[in-house]
Amino acid sequence: MDGVTLALGGRPVLRGIDLAIPPGALVALVGGSGAGKTSLLRLVNRMVQPDTGTIRIDGVDVAGRDKESLRRGIGYAVQGGGLFPHWTVADNIAAVPWLMGWDKARRLARAAELMEMVDLPVHLADRFPGALSGGQASRVGLARALAVSPRLLLLDEPFGALDPETRTALADRLVALHRAQGLTTILVTHDLVDALLRADLMLVLDAGTIVACGPPAQVAANPHPAVQALVAGPLAQAELLHRMGARLT
Amino acid sequence: MSGLAALPSALAAHLAISAAALLLALVVAVPLALLMPARPWLRRGVMGFASVVQTVPALALLALFFPLLVLLRNVTGLAVPSLGLLPSLLALALYALLPLLRGLAGGLAAVPDGVRDAARAIGMSDWQRLFHVELSLAAPVVMGGVRTAAVWTIGAATLATMVGQKSLGDLIFAGLQLQDWQQVLLGCVAAAGVALLVDGALGWCQAGIAQRRWRPAAQGLILLALIAGGVTGWWWQARPASATPAVTIGTKTFSEQYILAELIADDLASIGQPASIRSGLGSGIAFQSVAAGGIDISIDYSGTLWTQALGRTDTPPRDVMLPILARDLKARYGVTVAARLGFENAYALAMRRTDAVRLGVKTISDLARVSGKLRLATDLEFQSRAEWTALQRSYGLGFASIRAFTPVLMMAALNDGSADIITAYSSDGTLVGNDLVLITDDAQALPAYDALLLVAPGRDALVARLARYEGRIPVEAMREANWQADRPQDKRSPAQAAKWLKAKTGL
Repeated sequence: MDGVTLALGGRPVLRGIDLAIPPGALVALVGGSGAGKTSLLRLVNRMVQPDTGTIRIDGVDVAGRDKESLRRGIGYAVQGGGLFPHWTVADNIAAVPWLMGWDKARRLARAAELMEMVDLPVHLADRFPGALSGGQASRVGLARALAVSPRLLLLDEPFGALDPETRTALADRLVALHRAQGLTTILVTHDLVDALLRADLMLVLDAGTIVACGPPAQVAANPHPAVQALVAGPLAQAELLHRMGARLT
Repeated sequence: MSGLAALPSALAAHLAISAAALLLALVVAVPLALLMPARPWLRRGVMGFASVVQTVPALALLALFFPLLVLLRNVTGLAVPSLGLLPSLLALALYALLPLLRGLAGGLAAVPDGVRDAARAIGMSDWQRLFHVELSLAAPVVMGGVRTAAVWTIGAATLATMVGQKSLGDLIFAGLQLQDWQQVLLGCVAAAGVALLVDGALGWCQAGIAQRRWRPAAQGLILLALIAGGVTGWWWQARPASATPAVTIGTKTFSEQYILAELIADDLASIGQPASIRSGLGSGIAFQSVAAGGIDISIDYSGTLWTQALGRTDTPPRDVMLPILARDLKARYGVTVAARLGFENAYALAMRRTDAVRLGVKTISDLARVSGKLRLATDLEFQSRAEWTALQRSYGLGFASIRAFTPVLMMAALNDGSADIITAYSSDGTLVGNDLVLITDDAQALPAYDALLLVAPGRDALVARLARYEGRIPVEAMREANWQADRPQDKRSPAQAAKWLKAKTGL
């Protein structure tokens, strides 16, 4: 991203974002509410258009690309899965293949493969999302994002509102998939533990600007007040020290 | 059962107009509902308009389209029909708009933002998102709106009769006038039955969509197809075999009109000209229909035409009035006065025969001498009509008391002795049944209300055939025929009364 600014409804959301993400990185995007995290994520697949600046993926300006084909090629998942309540689990997972015109047999095979990948029991394939638990719905959302083997994955609070055990399991699964498939992943999260433990790069947004960017340990040491307000929270502190002291050097 | 013969065609027309109105309303409502969420001003305007429309009584809404379409025709110069199908279709569609818009808007608003967002994010085009996500998710709620609209439309379509569109209202309004409760019931039950069946079928469709199961949806569609097919088949099988286009005789909403229409229809049928009767037209609409050619023949009254169609306020004697009326109707509307039937249906005063003999009252001049001691019972509108003003002016009438009643109670008031004089129509059948005498308008204060046969422009063959009715129906014969159809016991159908009248007059 070069010099990206964005205003929504006359209110500046992002100001002068310059950012380069190396291929294969798992990037955690953190910051307070309204810092612009979701907007930054949505710029990448053109869900919102920047007012100024350019966004390039593999050196190609996204502004020149067709929105729909661009989005189909980028995995995207949100909190709760954002599933279509009137489609079965299998149809939800195979939504992008359906958009790309795959035949039914191929879609079903791919859905089964993805369900296994995210640890979903195969008998759920014909259920509707209303019958799923929160963790199951999040797994379906993740599977849908991975359906056509994208190289870039955008996740907006994918594990929000889940109980701690479920989210830990899912986060571990995500990291494993990220490594195994050689993905570049941008993860918007509120959970500093997630960010500090699992990310290659951590990016702190405050009031529409990047105030810190780098390996998690380095960012945690950043004296910027916005960074410290995030990472120095008592809960985060306690958990960090207790659980992961070894990795922080 | 009376009215049964008219049922298939009335039912078919009723279903067709209801379905057409509903489709038209859907075609309008869907794009509006899709444009509304992003445009609050549009939503406020459209929903406000639809709500206001809903507060207008359906009958008034239908009637309002008549002057609107006449205005449109005059402004644009296009041959816009102002009666029959078009006003019914537009009014009913407008009436169906609110439940459809509510269903659509409610259904679309209930689609979660996260789902809409996810549809965009995985790369659906706007159309894919609209059909596969938004409308699919909104469908159960939308179908609820469609069901409400369908039931309302089928109910309100009975009122289309009043603007000259054939519907089940034909049976209901004719039956009400004739106090033929079987026929009223037949019309109501048919309308309610169709509404219930359609509602049930749409309910199955709705359940199918909501549960994402084919079976109920298919059941609903099959039932809808059966209703449409059954009614069409019945109508087809019951329709007259003749290939000659039928002549349409329009009637206003009282027995005399129905009887005369049957008489003429029977006569035309005897010379191989099929005729159908469009019953229950509003008073002014009957004349407008014949002028516009929507119906071919109507029965009207000289005094009414004189004031309403020609806008005259003077009251010349009948010998002067009739030639002018015939000339001006032809010149201004192209309508031909084919025959003057020979009787009059005028506003009049009536009293018990015994009282009239005792007081020596034969004319209104006689009445004026004794009226100060008598009590007058009028119908609801008489005291605000020009006829009453004219009578007071010409005769200086004053009564001991004047009270207004609904027509049925007016007769009861006379019978139980709480009134001495009532207003009446001169050809009214109740004059026969209750042994009343009419008091003659000797000073000719009121315009003549001679019954006339009117023929639409360009139907010269009909004019020639109808000329034979000239002067053939005396008022006594008409009164007796009216009484046969109106009397509470031993009631005859209009067709039977028409047969009696035909025999009596030797037509």
